[in-house]
Amino acid sequence: MNQSGKSSQIWVWAEHYRGEIAKVVLGLLGQARELGQQLGHGEVAAVLVGADSPRLSEELFAHGAERVYLAGRPSLFETENCADLMTRLIQRYQPEIVLWGATSLSQDIAARVAARLGTGLTAHCIDLQLQEMSGKPQLVAMVAGWGGNLALKIICPEKRPQMATVKPGIFSLPAPQERKGEVILPEEGVDMAPVEPRLDIVEVVTERDEASPLEQAAVVVAGGWGLISCGGFKLVEELAQILGGKVGGTRPALDAGWISTEQMIGQSGKTIAPQLLITLGVSGAAQFTTSVLNSRFILAIDKNPQSPIFEMADIGIVGDLQEVLPLLISRLKAIKGKTP
Amino acid sequence: MPYNIIVCIKQVPHPEYFSQISLDRATGTINRQGVPAIINPVDRNALEAALGIRDRFSGRVTVLTMGPPQAKRALEEALAMDADAAVHLCDAAFAGADTLATARTLAYALRKLEPFDLVFCGEATIDSGTGQVPVQLAELLGLPAITGVEELDFENEQSVMVKKIWERGYIRLRVRLPAVITVTGKINQPRLATVLGIMAATQKEIKRWDAADIDAEAALTGLKGSPTQVGEICELKVARHGEILEGPLEKVVGEAIERLQRLEIL
Repeated sequence: MNQSGKSSQIWVWAEHYRGEIAKVVLGLLGQARELGQQLGHGEVAAVLVGADSPRLSEELFAHGAERVYLAGRPSLFETENCADLMTRLIQRYQPEIVLWGATSLSQDIAARVAARLGTGLTAHCIDLQLQEMSGKPQLVAMVAGWGGNLALKIICPEKRPQMATVKPGIFSLPAPQERKGEVILPEEGVDMAPVEPRLDIVEVVTERDEASPLEQAAVVVAGGWGLISCGGFKLVEELAQILGGKVGGTRPALDAGWISTEQMIGQSGKTIAPQLLITLGVSGAAQFTTSVLNSRFILAIDKNPQSPIFEMADIGIVGDLQEVLPLLISRLKAIKGKTP
Repeated sequence: MPYNIIVCIKQVPHPEYFSQISLDRATGTINRQGVPAIINPVDRNALEAALGIRDRFSGRVTVLTMGPPQAKRALEEALAMDADAAVHLCDAAFAGADTLATARTLAYALRKLEPFDLVFCGEATIDSGTGQVPVQLAELLGLPAITGVEELDFENEQSVMVKKIWERGYIRLRVRLPAVITVTGKINQPRLATVLGIMAATQKEIKRWDAADIDAEAALTGLKGSPTQVGEICELKVARHGEILEGPLEKVVGEAIERLQRLEIL
């Protein structure tokens, strides 16, 4: 119970686009329900902004929301207006926990709201649990730490609400159930005046689905900084092509200009769970490994036998990529040639 | 028209040495002894974006960083890349800051550097990589923030057109200055420091500001001012073999392929 004597609310920011709730939101609702049960009296609510279709509320109810706050007009792209509205809603209803998808737009909204409220926002969590600390339940948000498999448990002991962002692919989607819920229209008391527009949205271009080809691929070949010895990603692309897979990479690979943003795997990129993941020149910082934990089989190749990636892999090859890669490629070509 | 541009950069551990970074469980602190530090790679693109505008229209580029004494190296390098001035926010009171406390510290400093037209940052760092600091900084300064920008053009003296990437494609936005902009590695090719640049940099002053210099409220910065805390460090359990195949390369590669075939993955 919070000070106002009401039950504690767990909110999920319901990002949506073109009449569909983002998948990450549905996963968050599932986890929010679990947290609600751990709380005992936790109530799960979704905040739906800039939507007018009742179908979206129904989808939120079906995936675990007990209430939907339906408010305001701003689209997802008006991040400042969304932040403004969300701040007012939080101030009025005082949820205990607010969860956000770590998508490029929602995380910008979340960061603003956190700064405005002076509360904590833990980014790119890989797990969320509740833990009793000094007599009150605390949201424990786990994030990638250092080394290959160290994680940090982050708490926000005093400020409220406790907020976290979670990437798509971390929480599995709950099975939809036939459930009804309450729609709340909080116009009254929430000043909806938009902030003075300092930017115009000129054009929104949609080129891809919500889930990228990388997130859907059965085979992923991921390269890291170690490919500097090969002068880049040429052989990675060749290997991926032979295997019918997709190319991904680490943040250092992105920064080196070898891959594009939507190909980045890691804490601030994609989370993947392919049948086969081959890592090339990836040392295995936790920022990367925590994003591939659910892969079925991992083959790691790196020159440094001490790289933490080898502990995270099923099998590893220690060697110079300049030697290993051409050999692997020619062998696979031979096999694939025989059995097309 | 001359532009006054601020670039926020961060010194981070070199990615090749990430595996050597460990956590001291007793103290909960990060041990990065012997790990070389570099400018966060995409922060170089942020700097290049600023330098490009200055070179085209005239003006001044100031690099700003918060960090321990050794972070001065990052500023020296930025000056050698032809930045005009550098400010180092260095005070034990700033240590242990989460994203909000970091953003507040930078915001205090930026208030001292006003008026400015643009603040550039890299879209995320290779270490903690939250990408939250620039947006929170913009919020505290009452400015718009556009993240993940890979193209930027001036429309007129006071407004820029940017291309921002998002999961499904891209967005074009017109932004009135001043604004905070975070860039991706695609926006440009950062210049290298030249010998002349390195020599010129030795003549440039690096201002070192502590909490008193920026009128920072102690309760709002550093560990004290951080709403989030590291509660505990734990090991992720990984149910994998971690088996390193031994032997000559020919044999090892063959064995790896066999294993994949046995799993019917290939």
